[in-house]
Amino acid sequence: MPNIEYDAIVIGSGISGGWAAKELTEKGLKVLLLERGRNIEHIKDYEHEHKEIWQFPNRNQRTREMIDDHPVHKRDYPLSEETFGLYVNDRESPYTEVKRFDWYRGYQVGGRSLMWGRQSYRFNRMDFEANAREGIGIDWPIRYDDLDPWYHYVEGFAGISGSKENLEVLPDGNFLPPFDLNCVEKEIASRIEKHYDGKRRLIISRAANLSRALPDQNRGKCMYRARCNRGCSYGAYFSTQSSTLPAAMATGNLTLRPWSIVTRLLYDKDSKRASGVEILDAETNQTYEYRSKIVFLNASTFNSTWILMNSATDIWSDGLGSSSGELGHNVMDHHFRCGANGDVEGFDDKYYFGRRPTGYYIPRFRNVNGDKRDYLRGFGLQGSASRTGWNRDIAELAVGADLKHALSKPGQWRIGATAFGEMLPYHENRIYIDSEKKDKWGLPVLAVDVEIRENELKMRKDMINDAAEIFESAGVKNVVGSDWGYAPGMGIHEMGTARMGRDPKTSVLNAWNQVWDAPNVFVTDGACMTSASCVNPSLTYMALTARAADYAVKEVRKGNL
Amino acid sequence: MDRREVIKLITIATGAALVGGELIFTGCTPEKKPTGDSLFGSKELDLLGDIAETIMPRTETPGAKDAGVAEFIAGTVDRCYFEPDQQTFMAGLVTIEETSRSRYGKQFGRLTGEQKTEMLQDLDREARAYRRPDGVTAHYFTMMKQLAIYGYFTSEIVQKQVLRHVPIPGSYDGCMPYNEGDPAWAI
Repeated sequence: MPNIEYDAIVIGSGISGGWAAKELTEKGLKVLLLERGRNIEHIKDYEHEHKEIWQFPNRNQRTREMIDDHPVHKRDYPLSEETFGLYVNDRESPYTEVKRFDWYRGYQVGGRSLMWGRQSYRFNRMDFEANAREGIGIDWPIRYDDLDPWYHYVEGFAGISGSKENLEVLPDGNFLPPFDLNCVEKEIASRIEKHYDGKRRLIISRAANLSRALPDQNRGKCMYRARCNRGCSYGAYFSTQSSTLPAAMATGNLTLRPWSIVTRLLYDKDSKRASGVEILDAETNQTYEYRSKIVFLNASTFNSTWILMNSATDIWSDGLGSSSGELGHNVMDHHFRCGANGDVEGFDDKYYFGRRPTGYYIPRFRNVNGDKRDYLRGFGLQGSASRTGWNRDIAELAVGADLKHALSKPGQWRIGATAFGEMLPYHENRIYIDSEKKDKWGLPVLAVDVEIRENELKMRKDMINDAAEIFESAGVKNVVGSDWGYAPGMGIHEMGTARMGRDPKTSVLNAWNQVWDAPNVFVTDGACMTSASCVNPSLTYMALTARAADYAVKEVRKGNL
Repeated sequence: MDRREVIKLITIATGAALVGGELIFTGCTPEKKPTGDSLFGSKELDLLGDIAETIMPRTETPGAKDAGVAEFIAGTVDRCYFEPDQQTFMAGLVTIEETSRSRYGKQFGRLTGEQKTEMLQDLDREARAYRRPDGVTAHYFTMMKQLAIYGYFTSEIVQKQVLRHVPIPGSYDGCMPYNEGDPAWAI
């Protein structure tokens, strides 16, 4: 008879769930970590890690069968032979797109921490204050100073490489040494700095890749293979498997249960607390219940809210946390896939060695430091410079030996960037249960009704024009600004749907990520976000999770939970 | 940034978006799958081999035949292409054979190296000038050239002997000297 009583249950084993499991077990709680998908063991199960391109049956191209089974994932890079099996099968896990929404999901131990982009930036002071100042959505119940020590803490453990720049828009952190810009990026950086008098900067990006080993965690430094998204045996990028899971396991307090789809939280209306969870075993279709004092919901933004929507429906027909009328609302993503690129002349005698796992970053410069645009918020630019390879077009060489020899050598230096823009929280952008449609396990699916609006569309013009202007001012030739096409969800930064706030009438969670209507339920993944900033969000989920876990354990110890 | 560099592979060596299984920007919908055996018999494989070798010929470095490019192309068309692209591709092979016979009175495989090159140069010009209407497949020669180049440069022999293949660099130098003629990195 398996144990059904734990101090804490953590739902989901991705970036934030891994952190919840680590923090809670290290503080002495007995934790059950539930994961809806299969197990993936560090090193052993990284099946594609060491494959060379010729060893993939289709050289990393997509087969018809892959495309047929992935009507959503085929829309962008997630569908590939090298990451095959790490993103879900869309046929097994459908959802309803009221408007096009690309939902790229990873249902396995580690979740999307295995394939994430690893860009790791702190929100700045303004990010926590802008909603209140501008009358958008609701105010965050916390400020930068509340999160600052937790950023510091998670950066140290996760291993974030970066340079200290002393910029208000992009606060410095507890960094490992930065990766290097290549010589073209350095030159362009200095031209930009000069042209914009330091008001725009090109810096090495901040990434959860180890520029130096972390021997305490058994993690080696980056080997510059740039195969991160297949899993890394060196543990050289942050993932649940490389970092938080081994720490949690080492305490002896963790039980990991893969193949466990949480169908609802069990809610006790007398105590106004969750008493545990109900799960469906994804392999056997058997139902089980587990009990705990506290529950951490880290099932990924939309799925955490799906679980809340299916819980305590005898009391609130729209689910636990719906009393505010905001559960499922205020969906955000980062809108991107527009920017510019061009040729850089004069570095024909320069090349690079090694495949750096990250690029450069141009921090936000719009609507800050006295700049004022006809839209709110701003964007950052992410990109890199490199020499073109054999996939380049050489118009004057049609076929034959000259073409072959030319393509065997590196081509022109190019530089490019895509902007990542902040998306405002709109009440109308929402998810809800579509009970007409069922997934492979007979569970009702989500409907997603999200679009970008005027503020984002205005911002996109700047995102393209500014990228082009920056490059031109830095002497880049043949600059082309483009919109490569964005649909909500493509950023894979789903946020909102159970936002934090100061008032139970307008928010789902309080300042400690507790559900107002069930204070022993903590939601610390992207669902909790009150606004989006323009920086990549995962580091903020880590910090919020560590902070909430610390609070939760103190409350348990005091007998309050 | 690697996961954001999706844009970098959308054109390949012909100035056109990559054709076939990567055809993600056109919203093309799956058609009925051909079942069973390969579309390519030994005759088609031989012709494909000659076309690929003309695009990427053996010189002091290996050519398309050394790199098994014809088999790669056949596998891609069989497994990755949807039916409309398959039809265009296969019809293109027939057209090449017919053109060769009407122009030189011989099958493509029997032409001299110069004649083969001349024919494919003309086809390259034709393919580049081709303006593809919405919902219509790319020019068959665009497909052939892209697959020949992709298959050539992703083969083991070319990655290791023509390009410089370093699976585990172990370090990074962002300002390494480059001497004219040095091969590109394989990855």
